[in-house]
Formats: sequence, C-alpha cells, structure tokens
Amino acid sequence: MIEPETIHKNFVFDVHQIRKDFPILDQQVNGKPLVYFDNAATTQKPLVVINAISDYYTKINANIHRGIHTLAERATAAFEATRDTVKDFIHAAHREEVIFTRGTTESINLVASTYGRANILQGDEILISSMEHHSNIVPWHMLAREKGAVVKIIPINEHGEIILEEFEKLLSPKTKIVSIVHVSNALGTINPVKQLIQLAHRQGAKVLIDGAQSSSHLDIDVQDLDADFFAFSGHKVYGPTGIGILYGKKELLEAMPPYQGGGEMIGEVTFDHFTVNELPYKFEAGTPNIADAVALKYALDYILKIGKATIRKHENELLSYATGKLSQLEGIRLIGTAKEKVSILSFVLEGVHHQDLGILLDQKGIAIRTGHHCTQPLMSCFGISGTSRASFALYNTKEEVDIFIDGMNKAVKMLR
Amino acid sequence: MSTTIAETQDQIIDDFSLMDDWDDKYAYIIELGKKIPGLPDEDKTETNIIKGCQSKVWITSKMENGKVHYQADSDALIVRGLISLLLKTYSGHTPEEIINTEPYFIDKIGMRQHLSMTRSNGLVSMVKQMKLDALAYKTKL
Repeated sequence: MIEPETIHKNFVFDVHQIRKDFPILDQQVNGKPLVYFDNAATTQKPLVVINAISDYYTKINANIHRGIHTLAERATAAFEATRDTVKDFIHAAHREEVIFTRGTTESINLVASTYGRANILQGDEILISSMEHHSNIVPWHMLAREKGAVVKIIPINEHGEIILEEFEKLLSPKTKIVSIVHVSNALGTINPVKQLIQLAHRQGAKVLIDGAQSSSHLDIDVQDLDADFFAFSGHKVYGPTGIGILYGKKELLEAMPPYQGGGEMIGEVTFDHFTVNELPYKFEAGTPNIADAVALKYALDYILKIGKATIRKHENELLSYATGKLSQLEGIRLIGTAKEKVSILSFVLEGVHHQDLGILLDQKGIAIRTGHHCTQPLMSCFGISGTSRASFALYNTKEEVDIFIDGMNKAVKMLR
Repeated sequence: MSTTIAETQDQIIDDFSLMDDWDDKYAYIIELGKKIPGLPDEDKTETNIIKGCQSKVWITSKMENGKVHYQADSDALIVRGLISLLLKTYSGHTPEEIINTEPYFIDKIGMRQHLSMTRSNGLVSMVKQMKLDALAYKTKL
C-alpha cells in the first residue's frame, strides 16, 4: 500500500491537468469558453465523484444497515467508509462523532433544535458574528424566540475582521452558544476560530463553527480547534449536493435529544414507547442520501491527494493576481480586506450596479455571483445592498482572471 | 387610430431583429435605461417598491381620459432599459387592453431570462403590478 504522504510528495500540481478532471469546465457558455468563478456558491465535481454516483446506482444500490443480502452489505460498507474518511478529513477523535446531514444549513438547524432546545433558557445569550450567512442567523433567532433568549452580534472592523476585544466584552456566564463562521462567504475573511473557541470556553459556552467555506481551503482539525460542533457541506468541497456533515463532540451528542424521529434512529419501538439508537444513527432518521454520501468520499480523497497546502498556494496566487488587477479599476472598492483571507474577491464598483455587471459578464461566459450573498445584515454593516464576488478554486487559471478583468473593463465602459 | 400594445411590441421585435450581436442588444437596452426619466426620490417609497433579490423596481400609475399612464424606475441599469420598453408598450392604453395583452416581446428579443429569474429582479412582479393597477382602474370605471 502506498502511504498518503508518499502520494502527496510525488504529486506535481499542473492546473491544466487538474482541469481535465472536471468535465463541466470544457464547454462554451453564450458562445464563449466558460470561466467559472462562483466556487464559493458551489464547486464543480471531478470525474471520480461523478463516476462514483453513477457506479453506486449501477452496481451497489441497496438500503443500508438493515439488509442481510450482499448489495445491502456493500452499500453499507461504502456509506460507512465515507464516515471514516470524514473523520480523518476533520481529525475527529471518533467515527460516531460524524453525522450525515443534507448540508451545513441542516447541521446548524440540528444543533439549534436539539442541543439548543435542551440547554437554552430564558435570558441566555447566543453570540454570532456580523458576517454570518443567513443559515447561521435564522436558526438561532428561531431558538431565541422560542426560549426567550437573546441573540447578540459580534461586531467587525472595516476590513471585515472580528473585533476580538468586543467579542470578549460580549462573553459572559450568560453566553451559552457561540456560533461563528470559519471563513466568510461574502468577504473571504478567515476567522481566528481557535482563539475564539478558547475565549468562549472560558465562559462555559459551547461553540459551533460553520465550516462551509473553510473546508475546501484550510486544514481542519476539530480536536486542535477544540470545536464543540463543526458543520460543512459536500458540494463546496468538490462533492455532491444534498449531503453534509455535522461533527459534534461525543459527550455532547450523547446527551442531546434526537433531531427527527423515524427509522434508523431507534433502538426499540412499541406503540407507546421508543428507545433511541446509539451514535451516530440517533441523528440519522430515515433512509439517508446514500449515493451522495458514498460519492463524498471520492471528493475528499481527491482533495487529500492533491493536498490542501498545494490547493491553497494555487488559490492564493490567483487571489493576489486578481486583487492586483482589480485594484487598478477606477472606482473600485474591495469589500473584505482582512489579513487572513481565502480566495474570495468581493467588490463594489462606483456607478455600476452589481446585477448589471453579472448579466454582462454572463454574456461573456463568465460566472460570478452578485447580490447580498445571503448576508443581508453584513451588507448593511458596509452600507451597501450587495457586491459582485469572484471566488477561485483549484482548477481556475490566471488566463481566466485576465478574461474576467477584460470582461469587467468592457462592462464598465457600457454601464458608466 | 393610435398604436396598439401589440403593434408597439412588434415594432420593438423588429428593432431588435436588426441586432444580431448580444453586445449591441445590451448596449441598446442600457442606453434606453440611461434615458428614461425614472421617478423622483419622493416616489421611491415602500408603497411603490417591488423588491427583487438583487435590484429594486419602483412603479407609479395614474388614470387620465380612460388611459393608464405608468412611470417606473430601478436601481439597476439593464432592468431600467427593460422597464423603458415595458412603459413604451403599456403606458397610455386602456385598462382593458393592458389586462389582455401579454408582454410577448421580451421572449422574442431574447430577454426571457430576465422574466424567469424571479428572485433576481422585480420585472415579473412589475408586469403583474401594471396589470393589477389597470384592473383597479377598470373596476372604478
């Protein structure tokens, strides 16, 4: 067997080779070669992932865990193999700390509905930051409304960084949950989550990290971070949509009530009673999204084969190249200028509405995201209604950045 | 005899058929957007707003001599251009005609995506609002 380390050392990063792994990139959109810069919304899928989904349905589809026939055993083994890979991917201590969900949103809702409902009392405080995605705002508001608790907002500075002193001031024994995004989808900011977790733990609060944007770029070690919960989505790590992960510390997950009732999550059922299954099945009621869970392993293996450090190096080169070029445009304002950033470039252009820019770039085959990025409160912090956002992944190239800048120049000329 | 809504639409379709380049079509729409007078700030109120996910549209209407007259505005330029075409088409017609004529020109000039992207802008809601206003005037007649 080849050790993963050996594979990593021998891997030479060639973006043009990488692009061949992503068949979707090789196409024309509106008569122009596709430039896909909407990776923070969802990443494209390598052929190994696409084939894994197809192979699953072609060769091994069966319902998992209950069957005693061969296909059921194969499907169960493939499904559970992903759990092991996820455990390694985030450095969890135990495989049963890895819960399959539909995505980050469901993972956060699960924690709010179970841990939150069981532990939050009237007057308790939940801290979130100003740069949270709606998915990490609304579940806490719902919980706070139900329990008479208070959601407090950690402010950020003009660069889009959490103000640590303000965070410390907000923390108190009343703080029961801190839920913070690891990397901001709208700004690209990498938050110092390890430090934030330490500070929160001193006050006895539990911390959930929204890892939707960090998992494809940064090395994740939930034990080193000492995160109580960590959530991420398959589709943002080159995997399928509709499958996501909730990591939770074993002792917390064990003490939490179940989320949904149904098959799989039960031990014994009578008409007036049920017992709850053990972890992780307790939180996985009903037939899960088996095919996409199976394929997720291939996505994570693909990332690990290349190595996140290699991916980060390539993406950071693109980010600084694009930032340099973009900064030369007249009337540009970068939104999100934190010292620590991933490859997300958000901006507003004086006299140009982001929607117009998005439409004109689309005509040139360039896909970017425009709007509020599901972070309306954050947009109002910056006094804007939305931004244009280009986000880069491991398969993007400098040539594509040039096409994007050229498209921007033409669009701006038309719009001003 | 004044021009019907359908005749105006056919004229717009003819104009666009002369442009085969998308850049030209968008450049034309953008120029239209820059030209329309829009609405004074005092009319850009919460009552007149149609909220889209990305851009806003404001619309007002009045009835004069049995004809409905519209004014509208948007914070996005391409939407403003499309608004200009909708105003040219519908403004100054009877409620009856407005209610009974669909804006088929948008599809024919290749701008259908702006109607189907319902979360992205208020154009669909704008057409709906124009018809609702017309219906309200009709019931008052």
